[in-house]
Amino acid sequence: MAQTQQKSRWLPHPILSLALWLIWLLLNNTFAPGHMVLGAVLAIVIPMLTAGFWQERVCVRAPGTLAKYFLVVLWDILIANVVVAKLILSPNRKLQPGFFVIDLDARHPLAISLLANTISLTPGTVSCDVSPDQKQLLVHALHLEDEAATIHDIKTRYEAPLNKVLPPC
Amino acid sequence: MEWILSALILIGAGFTLVGSIGLAKLPDFFTRLHGPTKATTLGVGAILIASALYFSTRQEGISLHELLITLFLFITAPVSAHLMAKAAIHLKTRMLKRTQGTPDFKNNQN
Repeated sequence: MAQTQQKSRWLPHPILSLALWLIWLLLNNTFAPGHMVLGAVLAIVIPMLTAGFWQERVCVRAPGTLAKYFLVVLWDILIANVVVAKLILSPNRKLQPGFFVIDLDARHPLAISLLANTISLTPGTVSCDVSPDQKQLLVHALHLEDEAATIHDIKTRYEAPLNKVLPPC
Repeated sequence: MEWILSALILIGAGFTLVGSIGLAKLPDFFTRLHGPTKATTLGVGAILIASALYFSTRQEGISLHELLITLFLFITAPVSAHLMAKAAIHLKTRMLKRTQGTPDFKNNQN
């Protein structure tokens, strides 16, 4: 679906505004009308005041893929937690920690940071560094058995959907 | 209901404990980084779900601001881990001899 939206003056970042509004309501733990209005005012004013920090354009495509991505990540966190718990409780000498480098296909900065975040959240791997040209991601794994398989997993499970949701634009 | 809540709290406590054990016993800095990221995800997650369920059923109205704690943790924990790892690489912190690979990018020249 082609979106030829131009930045509106009042709502330059609709997704950010929506997020701020929801966070405000959650913080107050209420859906009272007064807070809805106050939250709406904040959701409009804050993005306007901080517009200088939000240079990149974010266009979210395929929200269904995004929802599926969150479920996949939650499930993987669950599984990986059990796996890493076993690793931690087993003797240290069995561990085979290692660094590996992922060649990134994602180009959007937000997609890269979300990918790095996901890698760190799923236990067993921590993203350590991004190359200066933002084309490679350095990852440390607690127990690295098959480097190629791990990279393939990360690329197909996380990077491909992220790239679909946040294409460079 | 009570059983579900107790189970969730126990699971959360258990994983937080394992995360702390990992922090204490793992051999080098980079492996130790993995402990806290675990404890925050499933450990805190399970406890917060229990809290949200409890306060939603015991009091009038649903209680959802636990979601925010989870959200903020999920944003901050990886960032802090990333920064610590980056600093450790920069300082060439001692790491296990048998660590595979090196903390470098393959083509550093570009």
